[in-house]
Amino acid sequence: MTKNLITRRSFMQVSAAAGGGMLIALHLDPAELLAQGPPGGPAVRYDAMAFVKIAPDGLVTITSKNPEIGQGIKNMLPMIIADELDVDWSSVKVVQADVDQSKYGAQVAGGSTATPTNWDPMRQVGSAIRQMVLAAAADKWSVPVTELTTSSGRVMHASSKRSVGYGELATAAAAKPVPTLSMVPLKDPKDYKIIGKPMRGVDTAAITTGKPVFSIDFTVPGMLWAVYQKSPVFGAKVASSNLDQIKTMPGVKHAFVVEGTTNLQGLMPGVAIVADSWYQANQARKALKVVWAEHPTSAQTSESYQLKADSLGKGAYATKLRTDGDVEKAFAAPGAKVVEGAYMYPFIPHAPLEPQNCVASWQNGKLELWAPSQTPAAGLAICAQTLGIQQSDITMHLMKTGGGFGRRLTNDYVVESAWISKQINAPVKLLWTREDDMGHDMFRPAGFHYLKGAVDSSGKLTAWRNHFVTFGEGERYAPSANIAGIQFPALFVENFDFGDSKIPLGVPTGALRAPGSHAFSFVFQSFIDELAHAAGKDPVQFRLDLLANKVYQAPERGGDGFDAARMAAVVKMIAEKSGWGTKKLPQGTGMGIAFQYSHRGYFAEVAEVSVDSNKRIKVNKVWVGGDIGSQIINPMHAENLVQGGVIEGISHMMQEITVKGGQVEQSNFHQVPILRMAQAPPVIEVHWIKSNNSPTGLGEPSLPPILPAVANAIFAASGTRVRSLPLSKHGFRWA
Amino acid sequence: MPFTLNVNGKTTTVDVPGDMPLLWVLRDVMNLKGTKFGCGIGQCGACTVHVRGRAQRACQTPVSAAAGAAITTIEGLSPDGSHPLQQAWQELDVPQCGYCQAGQIMTAAALLSTKPRPTDADINTAMTGNLCRCGTYTRIREAVHRAASLGTNRSTSTAQGAGAE
Repeated sequence: MTKNLITRRSFMQVSAAAGGGMLIALHLDPAELLAQGPPGGPAVRYDAMAFVKIAPDGLVTITSKNPEIGQGIKNMLPMIIADELDVDWSSVKVVQADVDQSKYGAQVAGGSTATPTNWDPMRQVGSAIRQMVLAAAADKWSVPVTELTTSSGRVMHASSKRSVGYGELATAAAAKPVPTLSMVPLKDPKDYKIIGKPMRGVDTAAITTGKPVFSIDFTVPGMLWAVYQKSPVFGAKVASSNLDQIKTMPGVKHAFVVEGTTNLQGLMPGVAIVADSWYQANQARKALKVVWAEHPTSAQTSESYQLKADSLGKGAYATKLRTDGDVEKAFAAPGAKVVEGAYMYPFIPHAPLEPQNCVASWQNGKLELWAPSQTPAAGLAICAQTLGIQQSDITMHLMKTGGGFGRRLTNDYVVESAWISKQINAPVKLLWTREDDMGHDMFRPAGFHYLKGAVDSSGKLTAWRNHFVTFGEGERYAPSANIAGIQFPALFVENFDFGDSKIPLGVPTGALRAPGSHAFSFVFQSFIDELAHAAGKDPVQFRLDLLANKVYQAPERGGDGFDAARMAAVVKMIAEKSGWGTKKLPQGTGMGIAFQYSHRGYFAEVAEVSVDSNKRIKVNKVWVGGDIGSQIINPMHAENLVQGGVIEGISHMMQEITVKGGQVEQSNFHQVPILRMAQAPPVIEVHWIKSNNSPTGLGEPSLPPILPAVANAIFAASGTRVRSLPLSKHGFRWA
Repeated sequence: MPFTLNVNGKTTTVDVPGDMPLLWVLRDVMNLKGTKFGCGIGQCGACTVHVRGRAQRACQTPVSAAAGAAITTIEGLSPDGSHPLQQAWQELDVPQCGYCQAGQIMTAAALLSTKPRPTDADINTAMTGNLCRCGTYTRIREAVHRAASLGTNRSTSTAQGAGAE
């Protein structure tokens, strides 16, 4: 049957719930560190836990434990439980869990990890509860449990034509022994009634009618409002400010300097202004004058990074990452065609549309938080550490967020609000402006790749060398500026040489959706395209040949689990769906292909792009092929997520954050464009291969291949090879 | 100073500075949280409301300029979420994170009021000021078309009902 990604010991606890219902909790031992969690961040342990409550009237309440950031987890995890429980989805009410990892296990939105880590446990929870309900029914009717069946939240005894609703059995069921989770029967996938069926978002109706469901909408009685001004130069402290004047402004209740810490992902120094309304706080801020202390980061500029990278890239690696064979010998071999390319991608922001915000309430030495965090446990930890309190003195509620994309993996705005509330000893809501967000993101780090490759006279890739210049110091990478030694085509080319050098960085960085792979895919899948053209081969065929040429085995530890056969199947499928090589395209129009294994998902994408004589680019159509295992759990949201990943990836291609004098030069969307409707491809076809593998996540893997697919299509359409982003640097703009 | 606002058919007097953006009056004075703050400079469209029937950015509209005008927010688009756009958005499950969607719907509603059967090009033009960071544009466009057909069907059925009498 299907391969399981994760094995673990587990046990369940059951107790009677208030009101006669049943409360069930699943505890799982920490199982493993998944290989592709947010790089650079703290190691994440994957525990899991779920609550199901069956009320006497039959209403099933399922608690969704993870942060909802638009990825649709609030549907997906409860859908898995509900199917094995064998209840109708229409009888289920979904509620959001508060933060309590001792009760719910890991609560995190990151790394496309929720599906692979929860697929087995959530099914087991649903099944185990169903077993307990069955046992209660067997008692009630004094019949063997083997004679009972279930459907739509009812237990049936066919021979006596009796049936009873789960609600009537809930209290008795809660007293039943808990089955061992690994032993519970799981449905044959052909019997799924909810998994694999399109289900609308549980919050869609509330969203479309303007209900106050987002974090920014939340208030508590007596709450004040805060703005927080940090230094444009990252980490600089306040030397002096006109706080006395600010304190006299309308509505202002408090204005004070925050000393802060040196943690660029934590509480940075700044000035807090607290007022009766956010409008007043922000108006007062417009009159704020701060003299910032000197800070060494002010010497950093984007140009200095590029110059340093170019210089380092010519030399030897500071750190060797992997060596196979002898690249120099292959470059010098008779008949070898050698290609060199210096690739670069800039810093870019996350810019979720809902600006950072958080409500904090400090009262009597206890802190209560309402936070739109992707990593609430890390939020608790940094608040406890920074405020000098115990985590047990903090209560955190998880708020629905207007987008995550990795930005809310850090809890800087959470600790800011907590600090301000403690200072003023009152509940407060901190709300950032877009300018705060753009100037103080945890940016996707820029990166520089100095590549050299060779193909032999038969058109086979024989050598690949990459000097990656990234950010960090010594062995330590800046957050999300790391890379694994095994990056395709490692293992698939006989001579492979890979190392990196690092540039010290004072700019905060972090994981952006599909961290690492979204940037590496642009570079490596573009360079593979260059090599395909040098080889005189069709770019699809060149890739398939490469995928069929596994030279080295992955190590026991440190491999990435890449299965070339799955990847090749997706490439073939999407080439066929897109009509690759069979169409006569008009002058100035071309198709590009790319694939990427990202966060356990296998994606290949084809873009058809037109480039006119004024360098205006139109992405006419995109075909996406994906293999994320045997089930697309909620196809309705899955298609939406994939299309969104494609559109976000295309957005990345025109975006750039530049640093000058240690500060960001861009302030809002007029300088960092998000793709608009008319610029987005009008058609994005999504095709799946449902392979015989346990399902994996979908938040990230559709994004990376679109960048090189578009870049390769631009080459096909115009003959211009794009080796650096943003596209605007080369005079391109969206049509 | 006091301003009399007509929001979603109700008249309210607010005592705020005249240059305070309508966005913050709606959200924090009148507690109508459906209108969203995204950029504060009229670039994202998350704060779109109707002023005198036209789509307008509430973050760029001083309250003094909206006083006395009929203002409609997402909360007032329909009494019960039954506007054809809301139905279509729900049917096609347009949102991902959902944060921009109230603004998208308000812009689309203004479009449909002047062009009941818009083309793709009409929709692209009208919606270009509304960013969706999650990239739900494919479904937004589809939902506007769907709403247009729901709206037409609704008026068609009314006409047939009238004819039968």
